[in-house]
Amino acid sequence: MSETTHSQVSFSDELLKEVNRVIGQFPEGKQKSALIRVLHIAQAEFGWLSVPVMDYVARLLHIQPIEVYEVATFYSMYDTKPVGKVKLEVCRTGPCMIEGAEKIVKYIEDKLGIQDGETTADGIFTLKTVECLGACGYAPMLQAGEKYHEHLTEAKVDELIEAYRKNPVANYMGQESNLNTAKS
Amino acid sequence: MTRKLLLDKVNVEGIAGYDVYRKNGGYRSVEKALKTMSPDEVVEEVKKSGLRGRGGAGFPTGMKWSFLAKPEGVPRHLLCNADESEPGTFKDRYLMEKIPHLLIEGMIVSSFALGANQSYIYIRGEYMYVLRILEKAIAEAYANGWLGKNILGTGYDLDLSVTPGAGAYICGEETALIESLEGKRGNPRIKPPFPAVKGLWQRPTVVNNVETIAAVVPIVNDGGEEYAKIGIGRSTGTKLISAGGNINKPGVYEIEMNITVEEFIYSDTYCGGIKNGKRLKACVPGGSSVPILPHYLVCKTAAGEDRLMTYESLADGGFATGSMLGSGGFIVYDEDQCIVRNTWNFTRFYHHESCGQCSPCREGTGWMEKVLHRLEYGHGKMEDINLLWDIQRKIEGNTICPLGDAAAWPVAAAIRHFREEFEWHVNEPKACMERNYGLVTEKTFETATA
Repeated sequence: MSETTHSQVSFSDELLKEVNRVIGQFPEGKQKSALIRVLHIAQAEFGWLSVPVMDYVARLLHIQPIEVYEVATFYSMYDTKPVGKVKLEVCRTGPCMIEGAEKIVKYIEDKLGIQDGETTADGIFTLKTVECLGACGYAPMLQAGEKYHEHLTEAKVDELIEAYRKNPVANYMGQESNLNTAKS
Repeated sequence: MTRKLLLDKVNVEGIAGYDVYRKNGGYRSVEKALKTMSPDEVVEEVKKSGLRGRGGAGFPTGMKWSFLAKPEGVPRHLLCNADESEPGTFKDRYLMEKIPHLLIEGMIVSSFALGANQSYIYIRGEYMYVLRILEKAIAEAYANGWLGKNILGTGYDLDLSVTPGAGAYICGEETALIESLEGKRGNPRIKPPFPAVKGLWQRPTVVNNVETIAAVVPIVNDGGEEYAKIGIGRSTGTKLISAGGNINKPGVYEIEMNITVEEFIYSDTYCGGIKNGKRLKACVPGGSSVPILPHYLVCKTAAGEDRLMTYESLADGGFATGSMLGSGGFIVYDEDQCIVRNTWNFTRFYHHESCGQCSPCREGTGWMEKVLHRLEYGHGKMEDINLLWDIQRKIEGNTICPLGDAAAWPVAAAIRHFREEFEWHVNEPKACMERNYGLVTEKTFETATA
């Protein structure tokens, strides 16, 4: 959390292989199309997108750094400032508001002693309110890393904060499906 | 009993995996189309089916396909719009997560119909775990010969991949989606040229919603005429509805487009009625951007006829007394909900999601949000209501893409039908912080505009 930039920026061989797989999905010369995916990979790896990280991605894709900066600042999922290990992103839109999203946000703020957009002193949690995440039937909800936590109650928030405090790895990849709530 | 064409197998154990999907009749439409039909014949079936775009606009899919330019030697692309972000809508996520191979099957048949050899599914970045489900299913499809070179020995080649966004509602607009897929900011393009002529990498491109592409599978299997027998008038086939808000049974429902709104809200087959025995106050039937309807216009049209879950019936009365089917994001409000607060919430959403390209939308959404905020928090003035009306009118129709309209409509409809509630917020600033206005009283329809 105290870091304000990254000094050592490079992907492991495994991640480079993944980057090349993604680039390979697009025709020759259209490798810029891989940018959004590669930035997700970089953010999962380095925690946030500092200038050195964005410059590294630009070199990987043979594009200008500005082409990366303008994308990184446009999309809401990218963090261009340091954040906690676990981002608790609470949906605040329409149906989630009806089902009590504001109370959940307030509860988390009080529990963690931080406001919307802030990070806890231990660097574990960042709280962020976000717009509709497509879980309107299972509201209120929050996303942590790739995982959707739905039908939230204060008790459930206690539980998941406890679990993440013990094991603060929400930004892992390859998570299994977690939605089994909907009826058809 | 309602026929289900997309979700009929969704509860079969293991249907997300290839083997179970195949055993349950999966990929039949690919065999049929590639081996026994020409691409134009597939397009013809889709035209006959009357299928309309399921993402919100409701444009006839067969017609959209027939606009695709086919210059010699230029590759064409099919893009699936899985950027589901319209508040109230979560049907595509459900479909992709539960039965991913249905989308892939639809992508193969549709790509074949359009002569596309490289297709992409563009999925919102927040659905990253769904992307992984789709990638697994795509790998299975390659391994079993449904994707790649010379599919089923017919000489048809197709590569399919899935690629994420990173948090931007605007990328659900098709030209913004294309920009994003090219690795850029999601700024919508000025049309023309339309994507059908110059889309992805300036090549002819079709962009279709997840549900639209999935619906091509039953259309090819059973024929367009069979599909068109379901539903009423120009609302053919089945529609996925994402139901949320103050109802007993939120979730995703596949309906035949012939049931009444009343049945959908109150029957135990669907929403199961209003939660906690409350009364219905309002309904947004097609995602946050469509006009909100007050309780007396939800189940009946202004003419007193039963309102149906169809494109036409939900739009009956125009914006004066009707709404839209939209994306099928069906949000129900009970008597405890505050319309001003809800409108402020939606407007904050559109302000947050405006790409910033066009000033009416960039400035107007933020301005409306501020005015609505002060109304909601007891600092509003009576002239603020007319000011809001004025701003939304200056946004609508004055922007490159429909986000401006989408931001204007909910504000206009809220004032049109719930003006007394806005006035009450001005007159009773203290009371409005503590309790809600309750049901809007029945009133004439002319009082809408000032």
